[in-house]
Amino acid sequence: MIRFILGKILYLVPTFIGITIVAFGFVRLLPGDPVLLLAGERGITPERHAELSHALGFDRPIWVQYLDFVSGLFQGDFGLSLTTKKPVLDEFLTLFPATIELGLCAIVLATLIGIPLGVLAAIKRGSWFDQMSMGTALVGYSMPIFWWGLLLIILFSGILKWTPVSGRIDLLYYFPNGTGFMLYDALMSGQKGAFVSALRHLILPSIVLATIPMAVIARQSRSAMLEVLGEDYVRTARAKGMSPFRVVSVHALRNALIPVVTTIGLQIGMLMAGAILTETIFSWPGIGKWMIDSISRRDYPSVQGGLLLMAGVVMVVNLIVDLLYGVINPRIRHS
Amino acid sequence: MTDVTPTPTRSERARLLRDFWFYFSENRGAVIGLAVFVALVLLAIFAPLIAPHSPTLQHRDLLLTPPAWVAGGNPDFLLGTDAVGRDILSRLIFGARQSLFIGCVVVSIALSGGILLGLVAGFFGGWVDAVIMRVMDVILAFPSLLLALVMVAILGPGLMNAMIAIAIVLQPHFARLTRAAVMAEKNREYVMAARVAGAGRLRLMFRTILPNCLAPLIVQGTLSFSNAVLDAAALGFLGMGAQPPTPEWGTMLAEAREFILRAWWVVTFPGLAILITVLAINLVGDGLRDALDPKLKRS
Repeated sequence: MIRFILGKILYLVPTFIGITIVAFGFVRLLPGDPVLLLAGERGITPERHAELSHALGFDRPIWVQYLDFVSGLFQGDFGLSLTTKKPVLDEFLTLFPATIELGLCAIVLATLIGIPLGVLAAIKRGSWFDQMSMGTALVGYSMPIFWWGLLLIILFSGILKWTPVSGRIDLLYYFPNGTGFMLYDALMSGQKGAFVSALRHLILPSIVLATIPMAVIARQSRSAMLEVLGEDYVRTARAKGMSPFRVVSVHALRNALIPVVTTIGLQIGMLMAGAILTETIFSWPGIGKWMIDSISRRDYPSVQGGLLLMAGVVMVVNLIVDLLYGVINPRIRHS
Repeated sequence: MTDVTPTPTRSERARLLRDFWFYFSENRGAVIGLAVFVALVLLAIFAPLIAPHSPTLQHRDLLLTPPAWVAGGNPDFLLGTDAVGRDILSRLIFGARQSLFIGCVVVSIALSGGILLGLVAGFFGGWVDAVIMRVMDVILAFPSLLLALVMVAILGPGLMNAMIAIAIVLQPHFARLTRAAVMAEKNREYVMAARVAGAGRLRLMFRTILPNCLAPLIVQGTLSFSNAVLDAAALGFLGMGAQPPTPEWGTMLAEAREFILRAWWVVTFPGLAILITVLAINLVGDGLRDALDPKLKRS
């Protein structure tokens, strides 16, 4: 088992090096002189420009800058944001809980709806329920989520006035020493109505972000279930006179869920991409919106750090999924 | 040199095509998807003839006119006008050109690049394979939209750059698929036979092995087409794709955002166009998968 884990981790080393090169290289290629941008509209003298370039390290050879960058990473130093002057890692960690909260809600929603939908569709193969749910899943899979979000805002915020348009909580509430997880903070603060407010802000973005993963999970669950239902042991269980419910829930479902777990894990990368759009539409203060803002402000270190950290998160989650898969399915571990 | 690769004769090819159509047309959704797609292609080709107005002409006295069937609508503007008085229907029709063009270009670049890399990696193996596949892993490690966004930020916003960025992001999927297929095929008897008969490396790669790896690539190509349309619209929506006044659906949505609570039609129709296009292509993709390769499961 340890060899299996070590092997998986070792395999990631070249990918990790590649990611640092990409993150570093891309940001060097961005157009626009960051020093001039820092100086703002007043302009800057050539002497001051050279001085600032030197202070920020932009005048050194490119490979020195790269090695410096990588050694900094190992000390948790992702550089300073050019706009706020705060460490990039701090900014990321401040905003990350907002994205985790949204992402978790979305993936839970997607799983809770996607798996039953797919399993039922497989059991009732060819029925109108199967056709309806798989049709819905295909629509969800094809959905431009930025438009879907706008439609939901029009309906639920504009016409019905059930949910707020943007943000994470009403401005009335403020938690000075919060964890960044708004639902938790609101619950712990004991302020009346805070939790409900946070929840109402979370509903629409979660639905939007959950749409595509839900469709993928439903389709995958259906095909996994169909495959398992054709196996000999399911037929044996049926032949023994077991109730159809027990056959499905005890024998078939457990085995069908193995590939579905992987699918859910692999949706994390999709969630990150989806978070960029969802957070932009709902002005959700997470890392997706932060990345968009950093790109448009040409905040080199923030884009660099953000790219790296997001890729890192995806990589770690994929590693965990891989390892989990090895735990559930010993055949993978020993091959 | 004697050709040992089994090349189908004309009648055989016709039979294969008939078989393919038989399985494809079993899937009702796929046929509907194909019909919609063909309609979209015709719409795009004949856009100047079909569109009632110019896509960029501003009717200054008719700003934000609602659709014709709503109170206050104008029968000349079936789907209403946008904030500067342009006919939405005409812009949507011309937008079909953009989206289909984006899909074609992106899939062509990604497919040819991916096939080339995958063939080389799978055929040669060893360190060549290791290097190519690790580079693909690096590209796949980033959330695709984010990587495309950063690339567009470097290259400068615009349709061409958005297409290049999306193609690069989608390309590893083709490389991986091709490599896997090549690895499975390269030790089969017919490849050995061609090798023994004296076929060169290029001939082995492109004429002997590649045609037998095409089924999964065609399916992936269709999926990538719809992904390309979606991603290009997303980039347009974020201001990084086609630039105004180009009638691109995502860009239209971005321009319409501030009016969402006042004029629902400027937001609804461009998104609907994206959804219908992507849905049609995905339906075709599902049908192709069932028809071309029964082994590929629905996922």
